[in-house]
Order: sequence, then structure tokens, then C-alpha cells
Amino acid sequence: MDVAFIIETIVKIVVILLVFSALAGFGTYFERKVLAFMQRRLGPMHVGPYGLLQVAADGIKLFTKEDIIPQNVVKPIFKLAPVITAATAFMAAAAIPFWPEFTVFGYTVHPIVSDINVGILYVMAVMAIGLYGPLLGGMASANKFSLISAARSAAVFISYEVITGLALLAPLMMVGSLSLIDINNYQSAGITHWIAWSQPVAFILFWIAAFAETGRTPFHLVANDHEIIDGFGTEYSGMRWGLFFIGEYANMFFISFVMAIIFLGGYGDGSIAGAFQLLMKVAFFFFFFLWTRAAWPDIRPDQLMWLCWKVLMPIAVLNVVITGAVILFKLKGGM
Amino acid sequence: MHVEPFTDRNVSEHSAYYYVDIENYPVTGWDKFKQVVKRSLKGELFVGLWVVMREMIKFDIHTVKYPLEKLPIGPRYRAVHKLLRLWESGFERCIGCGLCEKICISDCIRMDTRIDENSRKEVTEYSINLGRCIFCGYCAEVCPELAIVHGGRYENASEQRAHFVIKDDMLTPLDFLTAGQQEEYPGFGAITPHEDERVSKTPLAY
Ligand code: SF4
Ligand code: SF4
Repeated sequence: MDVAFIIETIVKIVVILLVFSALAGFGTYFERKVLAFMQRRLGPMHVGPYGLLQVAADGIKLFTKEDIIPQNVVKPIFKLAPVITAATAFMAAAAIPFWPEFTVFGYTVHPIVSDINVGILYVMAVMAIGLYGPLLGGMASANKFSLISAARSAAVFISYEVITGLALLAPLMMVGSLSLIDINNYQSAGITHWIAWSQPVAFILFWIAAFAETGRTPFHLVANDHEIIDGFGTEYSGMRWGLFFIGEYANMFFISFVMAIIFLGGYGDGSIAGAFQLLMKVAFFFFFFLWTRAAWPDIRPDQLMWLCWKVLMPIAVLNVVITGAVILFKLKGGM
Repeated sequence: MHVEPFTDRNVSEHSAYYYVDIENYPVTGWDKFKQVVKRSLKGELFVGLWVVMREMIKFDIHTVKYPLEKLPIGPRYRAVHKLLRLWESGFERCIGCGLCEKICISDCIRMDTRIDENSRKEVTEYSINLGRCIFCGYCAEVCPELAIVHGGRYENASEQRAHFVIKDDMLTPLDFLTAGQQEEYPGFGAITPHEDERVSKTPLAY
């Protein structure tokens, strides 16, 4: 392990941290604007041109706000929980290729922190650990609403892990690798080779589960403002709450990247055009998160569980079985 | 919008009101499943997505940036009071009859009068305690001279609960009057438009 490698990795980590923290901030701005336009409002308008500096104002507010630790909370856990959410969100980014490799000054840069051979497994596993943020934060808060939220988050995240896992299984069987770069290269021949066409069911299932994994609107019951205030975030203030927020938005971006890479061909053949296509796909997925928030109502927790275990999981299992049968059949036919 | 049918508040097939068609709730598991499949595949979710997208594209924004722009309020709106002056002479319209003070149901008008050098009644003090006023409009309605009326100023938040408006605040300033800025009050208690045409002369010659 030479020095250049270590420096390169550190630079990549810092870049990803900075870019996605900033993106998380601007994500809130886009969310407010998009929701506002869809509801015939203007959204933030007063800080900066068209409210663009609202993000800075929010940042200043979050950083300078008093960090309140309420009475009766379990202090170490209460303090730790937001860090878990934010940290796991960013750790998941380590195995995601954000851009095809390119060359600057004769030095080839791989815009992925670490191309481990179990990439997608790692991403999913670390995102799953993100569950401990809401769970521990909610349980340590000494607040009934937070506790409900913690219980819900445990139920929802663990249930939908099953869906993401099973939905991913079928494409992975086709690709035969867990590395996101391999998955991307599998589809590099063009739009007709996208896994979304050969695995539409897996694509839809994964997409649905992504809403649950990130806690976005149709499945927003972990922090449903109108029934349990802000759920696990109720007792948090200032930057601790901000960390939860950054984690949530970073997660939305990362899961959008994952979906775009696995199902929609990623950056294709690695050209600049392909890279911009990847960004467009990610932007679409992110926009869709906001879009559904404006259009769709939330569903009840029991409906969510019902949907998970009685509808999505059987479909996912069937999908895996059928995919396996087809692959087996093809292998047999090929022999 | 056509409003007429809404005056008929009885539900019938001719009225604008109708019962929402609510299906019976599914009982068996299979029925529930069918309902979910129907709802999922009917495309209603996409109708919702389309509606919000359409509104975003139309960009028909309804936001009123409140402190910078305000919505017009109705002429009969009852906000903070004004005391008007006579158009021709600029004298105060109030003759100090005390009817408003008397009728005020929350007892918040306080006035003082005296007889001036020309043996006319002059109003020296006139204040309304806005902390108690319920903006019922009785004072404006009872006033025989259309002197006390309601204005359109509705931003009357203050640090004190008992916030008074005194005579100097309410009375139309003289320069304002000479500039022709005093508008006749069209609201509560005022003479309705075209009143002249509607008045019939008292028949005297029987
Ligand atoms: S509006 Fe009603 S409560 Fe207010 S001063 Fe006039 S009569 Fe009194
Ligand atoms: S009723 Fe009119 S005229 Fe009489 S005291 Fe009140 S404001 Fe003056």
C-alpha cells in the first residue's frame, strides 16, 4: 500500500463527504421548492436570489442552536444516535462508483473509494446498520412519540431489508458479481441491456423498498409529522437533528445511485456522456422521491407490514425462483 | 362558478349535493386483496403524480408575499376605527351625542365633551380600548353622523393587551382631507348606494 494510494483514498473520502453534505443541504432546498411548486406555492424566496441561500441560513441556524439534552434521556446513546445515521449513510458510499474512471495528468482516478468484490452487499449492509440511528435515538429519548417511531423504524427497516435483498438477488444471479462496477459493465452495451428490462419486477420492488429504506413519503411513518411529531427526531435540536437530516438526504442520493447503477445501466460505457446520463438518472430518482411526497398519502404501519410480507415478499421470492429457473434452463440449453 | 344549486341544502338528485359513493369495506382476505390489486393497478397513483406535475408545469403560483403585498379586504370589513370629517368645512363630524359610547357592548368607548365658545358641543376626548373592542360595528351603525366608522387597518398587534386608539389617531388629518383622500365609508352603518332613488317622499297632501 503506497502513499499515493492512501492520499488518493483520503482525498476521495473528503470529496464525497463534502459534496454529499452540501448536496444534502441543497436537497432540502430542492425538496421545498419542488413541493412548493407542486402545491402552487413559491417556497423559500427571501434568503438570497430565489431563496438559494436558505441552505446557508439553515446551516447557520443548526450549527449555532443550543444543543439540548433533555432530562431523563440516556445520554451517551442519545448523543450517539444521530452520528450513526449520518456515518452509516456516508460509509455506504464507499462502494458506490459515482463516475467512470478518468485520467488527470496521466493519473487514472477511480471515483470509488474502494471497489470491493462484495460492493452491493456492503452498501446494503451498512445502510441496514443505519436503522440503529432512529432506533437508538428514539428509545433513548424518553419520549413516547420517539419510542413509537423507534419501534416502527425497527419493524419497517428490517422488513424491507428482506425485500431489497430478495429483489437484488435476481439481478445478481444474472450478473454473477456483487461489485457495482461489474454490474455496471454488464449493462454497458447500451439501453437495451439495462437490467430494468430483463428484471422489471425486481426493479419495481427495489424501488418500492427504497422508499421504505429511506423513510420517504408513502412510507414515511417512522417520523410522520402529523401523528408522532417528528418521531425519533422530536427531542433533538441543533446539529444533532441536522445530522439525522444529512443522513436521510445522503441516503436518498446514495440509494438513487444504487438504483441507477444496478437497474438503469449506471454510467454505461464509461464515456463522459454516460457519466452525465448517470447523473440524470440519479436526479430523476431523487426528483421522484420529492414528487411522490407531493402526490401520495402516507399509509398506515399495518398496511406497510401487510404490503411487505404478504405482497412484495412473495412476489420477490417468485421472481427469484423464476429467474433461477430461466438461468438454469439457458445453461442447460447452452450445454 | 354557478352557486345557485348550493342554496338548496337538501340532498336530492336535483341538488348539487350528493352522497359520496362509498363501497362496502372488504371483509374476507381475498376481497381485501382484490381491492388492493384494483387500487394498485388502476393507475390512480399515476393520476396523483400527473396532477401535481401539471400544477408544477402550469406554474400558477398563488402565494401572497404578505408583508410586501396584501390581499384586498371587503369594504364592509370591520377593522380599526376611524373618525371622519365633514367634506365641506373640515369640521369633525362627531357631534358628541354619546350614542356610540352608550351602545358599545364591551364598554370600550370613552369620550368627553364640553360646550365651546360658540355654544357648540365639542368632543375633547375620544378613545377606544382595542383590547376590549370586539369589532361588532354597533358604534358605526348607531352613529347618526357617519362619524365613527371602521377602517381597513387590520394589523393592530401591540405589546399591550389594552391598546387604545385615541382621537388623534382616528381622526382624519386636515391635510389628508383637503387632499381629497378621505373616502366615504361604504361599510357597516353607511348609507347604501343609490339610496336617493329608493327614498319615497312622505305623502303630505291627503
Ligand atoms: S365595534 Fe363594537 S365593541 Fe368596538 S367600539 Fe364599536 S361598539 Fe364597541
Ligand atoms: S355616535 Fe357618532 S356622533 Fe355620536 S358621539 Fe359617537 S361618534 Fe360622535
